[in-house]
Amino acid sequence: MHSIFLHLHPRQVKQSATRFNRTFGLGGMAVLLIVCQLITGVLLRFYYSPFPAEAYNSVLFIKHNVLFGQFVRNMHYWSGVFLLLLAFLHFLRVFLTGAFRDKRKTNWIFGLMLLLLIVLLNFTGYLLPWDQLAYWAITVSTNIIGYLPIFGQSLRTIILGGNELNADTLRAFFTFHTALLPLLLLVLVVYHFWQVRKAGGILLPDGEKESEMVPVMPNLVFKEFIVALALIAVLFIFSALFNAPLLQKANPTFSLNPTKAPWYFAGVQELLMHFHPFFAAFIIPTSVMVFLAWIPFLKYDNPPTGIWFISEKGRKSSEATAKFASIITLFGILFNEYLLNFELLLSPIPAFISNGILPTLIVVGFMAGYYKYYLKKFKLSKEELVQAVFVFIIAAFIVLTLVGVFFRGKDMALTFPWNAW
Amino acid sequence: MNKPQTKIEPINVEHPKADAVNRRDFFNKAWKWIGVVAVVEILGMFTGFMFSGRPKNKASQKQLLEAGSVESFLPNTVTAFFGGRFYLSRQQDGGFIALSLRCTHLGCSIAWEQEKQRFICPCHSSAFDINGEVLNPPAARALDYYPVIIENNIVKVDIGTILERNSFRKEQLQYA
Repeated sequence: MHSIFLHLHPRQVKQSATRFNRTFGLGGMAVLLIVCQLITGVLLRFYYSPFPAEAYNSVLFIKHNVLFGQFVRNMHYWSGVFLLLLAFLHFLRVFLTGAFRDKRKTNWIFGLMLLLLIVLLNFTGYLLPWDQLAYWAITVSTNIIGYLPIFGQSLRTIILGGNELNADTLRAFFTFHTALLPLLLLVLVVYHFWQVRKAGGILLPDGEKESEMVPVMPNLVFKEFIVALALIAVLFIFSALFNAPLLQKANPTFSLNPTKAPWYFAGVQELLMHFHPFFAAFIIPTSVMVFLAWIPFLKYDNPPTGIWFISEKGRKSSEATAKFASIITLFGILFNEYLLNFELLLSPIPAFISNGILPTLIVVGFMAGYYKYYLKKFKLSKEELVQAVFVFIIAAFIVLTLVGVFFRGKDMALTFPWNAW
Repeated sequence: MNKPQTKIEPINVEHPKADAVNRRDFFNKAWKWIGVVAVVEILGMFTGFMFSGRPKNKASQKQLLEAGSVESFLPNTVTAFFGGRFYLSRQQDGGFIALSLRCTHLGCSIAWEQEKQRFICPCHSSAFDINGEVLNPPAARALDYYPVIIENNIVKVDIGTILERNSFRKEQLQYA
């Protein structure tokens, strides 16, 4: 058995590559969580029934009548949440250490695809309990899809198999969640790992490339084993202490107040509170995706690799950008919410302009002004500038998500998390 | 002896750049194109299988639901028909309109508030008046509605046909 684990590794690795804080083991932990998802998912499938009349009751049955049912469902829920979080952190680590250039270009794209796939897996799984939370979160999210230009409405109808959630939707989501997407995920994960091996293992800083070779057993395998045990322990503790949410059975005639999209879409939903849907659901997310996919194909003047934030200057500018982006996003949310509502203020002008083009231009103007000042002040190189843009987007996204998840209460008004909904 | 000599001439050794494709290239290309065609065919079959069984957008098939007699709905009232996913609303002047339950912003179910005479969406507080006209954004369009048919003093609603509109107009009302 243990030779399988050995065969997944090269025989020897550089000493320097085995340091835990080189990668924080994020990619490896994500794989372990995928394995957890497969095992608990298969177990749940033995009892789950993907039909609107039975789905909710089958989840209740798992909860109350199956030995360890609640625990297995919690494990599945929490490993899904952790998987998305770890994959996101992994993505940040890879970018911020510059491990996406040269021969790692393709793998960056495949990594983005994997991230998207994990979001889709979470999303399709969200509907399956068929409770109020699931029903309305998916209703809201699929309606957001309806705002995409030209093909939005037909895409939404195809996804739902009708004009609102129905038996076809549940059956399709179940098939995607339990067959098609996991299969795709496994194939892409294997490819992703193979590409890392092909690029010569994980990226090391220029100064440490000459580090001496050590056998992976025990130097790396033991460390991985310890990380795996720690992760499983955390997962068990979470699953024992915190139950996966389950509200009343879905009721198509009664919406929850507030109705929120799943947490990973809370950022987009928060954008929807401030921008015309065409901008919030299409222009902005698409621009971000294109930017992320484009990053490795920009021409760089041979920056140092494997070093966090490229340089001391890069680190300082990233820190300042993160602060600026968080504050300006928070300020923008509050300003638009309480002081200046473009749509009401400029009501004779179509919302597409007053609430779409205008605020988008303001945001882009702010960013452009900031970077102009910044380039002057810090004399950033091109890769440091790209890094600063990346950090801006990520910081704004995190703030939007946190506000959407924790600071939106009844009627989606801003509130504090400790004020009961 | 003469025959083979005449046959040697057309051999393209002397024309290395001749347009004539050599056999190896031809088969390599052929295999590639056959592969492409096969992939397209399989993807076509896949999409055809996936989508042909899914309902089409707004399949309008007349489906009448009897709401009740005209007199049973007082002017200025709204009656919920949750099974049909609509509110039957009767105006001051007696006109009927069957309003969809779905908010036009993100599809949540709206609720009627009798004392404030408005529909309110619990998701993002969009508000609509008794005609389904927008009172408060983020919703940008008036509520969708279903055709109302009044025959022999009975109000019927065609729940198979959903009608979209940007704003309320008088001719959307149906009179007994």
